[in-house]
Amino acid sequence: MTNIGIYICHCGTNIAGMIDVEELARKAAKLKDVSVVKDYRYLCSDPGQDLIKEDIRSMDLDRVVVAACSPRMHESTYRKVLSEAGINPFLLEIANIREQASWVHSEKEKTTEKAFDLVRIAVAKVKKDESLESLPADVIQRVLVIGAGIAGIQTSLDIANIGYEVVLVEKEQSIGGRMSQLGKTFPTLDCSACILTPRMVEVSTNPKIRLHTYSEVEEISGFIGNFHAKIRKKSRGLNPDLCTGCGECTARCPTKVPGEYDEGMGKRKAIYTLFPQAVPNVPVIDRANCVYITKGKCGICKKVCPAGAIDYELGDEIVEEEVGAVVVASGFDPFDPTSKEELGYGRYKNVITGLQLERLLHTAGPTKGEVIRPSDGAVPKRIAFVQCVGSRDEHANKYCSRVCCMHAIKNALLIKEHHPDAEIFIYYIDIRAFGKGYEEFYKRTQEHGIKFMRGRVAEIFEENNGNVVVRADDTLLGMVMENEVDMAVLSVGMVPRSDSAKIQKLLGIATGSDGFFMEAHAKLRPVETLVDGVFLAGTAQGPKDIPDTVAQAKGAASSALGVISHKVLELSPLISEVDERLCRGCGDCKDICEYGAIELITLDSRNAARINPALCKGCGACTVACCNGSIKLRNFTDTATFAMLEAVLGGEA
Amino acid sequence: MTEFDPRIIAFCCNWCSYVGADLAGTSRLQYPHNVRIIRTMCSGQVFPSYILKALELGADGVMIAGCHIGDCHYVSGNKKAEERFRMLLGIMKTLGLDARRIRLEWISASEGVKFANTIKEFAREIKELGPRNGGKE
Repeated sequence: MTNIGIYICHCGTNIAGMIDVEELARKAAKLKDVSVVKDYRYLCSDPGQDLIKEDIRSMDLDRVVVAACSPRMHESTYRKVLSEAGINPFLLEIANIREQASWVHSEKEKTTEKAFDLVRIAVAKVKKDESLESLPADVIQRVLVIGAGIAGIQTSLDIANIGYEVVLVEKEQSIGGRMSQLGKTFPTLDCSACILTPRMVEVSTNPKIRLHTYSEVEEISGFIGNFHAKIRKKSRGLNPDLCTGCGECTARCPTKVPGEYDEGMGKRKAIYTLFPQAVPNVPVIDRANCVYITKGKCGICKKVCPAGAIDYELGDEIVEEEVGAVVVASGFDPFDPTSKEELGYGRYKNVITGLQLERLLHTAGPTKGEVIRPSDGAVPKRIAFVQCVGSRDEHANKYCSRVCCMHAIKNALLIKEHHPDAEIFIYYIDIRAFGKGYEEFYKRTQEHGIKFMRGRVAEIFEENNGNVVVRADDTLLGMVMENEVDMAVLSVGMVPRSDSAKIQKLLGIATGSDGFFMEAHAKLRPVETLVDGVFLAGTAQGPKDIPDTVAQAKGAASSALGVISHKVLELSPLISEVDERLCRGCGDCKDICEYGAIELITLDSRNAARINPALCKGCGACTVACCNGSIKLRNFTDTATFAMLEAVLGGEA
Repeated sequence: MTEFDPRIIAFCCNWCSYVGADLAGTSRLQYPHNVRIIRTMCSGQVFPSYILKALELGADGVMIAGCHIGDCHYVSGNKKAEERFRMLLGIMKTLGLDARRIRLEWISASEGVKFANTIKEFAREIKELGPRNGGKE
């Protein structure tokens, strides 16, 4: 027997001002299976809630309809009321008579009529609702962090310092990421290494952090609280446990190739570490360039290694890790300006990128901090910075990369400090100095005589002496200007990492139109993804500077802790379920499911679909795809919908 | 004779359009009272038969509203809704129904104004079409 209680809220005059609450109550009382109808001034208040609880207990109500504000406001409040009164919290429906009736209409009679329809719909639905229990799932109290740049480092340290284990996976041979490539950082000009390397050491010595460098995540399966990751530890060509990091192998290696870490501005050996403070301080043999591996000759490193660590034949290793949450902190790639042919990058030696200049300015870089131009090694006296290369550009990326203005300004100032007579021109569209202390920093550089030229650079061409001419439309003077300089620096923007599509597929997370990983909500859920238990930190989510990256990394840490600090998670029971007796095993539901939540199982020698309750998000797409109605979305069934339609259109309840 | 007062059913997805409808309320935007909203989890959860059932029961207009393409909370539910809607449009004539009686709209959680305007427009159109039983439908 069904015993429904209906409770109508006045919400002061918010509802009662436009809806005749007494009339509504009178009509509602006549609906079938309704035992009691009451109205109250503020139903969400404590006495309002108590009113419902007392009725449930004294009148043996088994289902409740609340006619009040939007379920988005107080559905959880009233669910709790039901629980506390001893009935299943899912036997509740809300008739939204405030946001969707009293607030949007101005004729009292018609609005009251509509409110009654909404109550009828709710009554029809609540009769079809089933008792549901949240699904408990054990949580593996560890976090996987992908990427060990400053974002991944910060996230890992925050989680480890709270006392939970972190598995930190870095693709490169050392942690540190892009930040480790930088010399001085804006706007404070503190040296990147001075603030970053202590954190790197902290990571390597923290017993709660399990570090896998020169490693890549190959597979991730599972769901929030229970992820299983397969990680490939690439062979370094030596045994890292034996290596002492003495550097003898690198010093004696005869092969030199352009160094990627130096953005091609310097050379490295075929057995090498990225930089002197690398963590771990263990080199890698570059198999493509090692003469022993390619030609079978040499073998010097093996001979000179005092620890006997070199092992050319050493293969990759696969490790498996179980975690409860994942943080993606995979970073960015600099925009490759060769596609902007008009700027001559790759054709003219004295056109370099901002990151290449950064390596030149770095005191531990290939030139020990001296800025020289690539064509002849001369110190350039006239330098042009070209802003927004690959950013704010209809033909490349529409977005602003956010750091390039300040990066160029910072480097211009550093050059000016070394060479006060240098002439520096910054070609810009708008200067975006949005961060704390940025505008002040920008003003300071203006005082140093750096010339800001407003206008996008149309073309760069080369003179016989290696100089390059920058042609730009000066939008302040309204004329085309040509300017011969010794060197041009392209302020390239940030783009999603080349392997981000792989990570996207691994985790099933979404990317935005810019190609960066998409957050669950642009404002209120900036570190969550739409996949429960997977979070974002740093530039993997979009271009940002170091302070914003660190802030987001700390946010991701706290969100991941929000998952893994629980031993057990309650998963929503509002998901799909299969009637396996009816299922024909056609697999249409499996094909349509975006979450891989459905698998085909063999049941009495036939196929049937089975839903993994932890993966199902309750979208209901499979229920529509099902050929014979054997899948239903709990409490959002077709029979419930038909009953609601009957109630409101057929005039019955 | 009393003025034709159409009955319109709107299936609104939980994440975008239902929230957009709520925002119309919080913003105190006025729109015709004719619409009755039924909340669904996703526009991709709306069976074509829901629309047909509503029409069978005498609804004068039926709307499905979901997140904008690319914004679906469930990745691609709205695309599925779009395909099914196209299929429905194709059979409306066969059923002897005017295709203008059904409508698919993308209304985000921030588009309270769009929600109110869409209902105004839809209600006006349906009024122009006239009652189902009065005509030959």
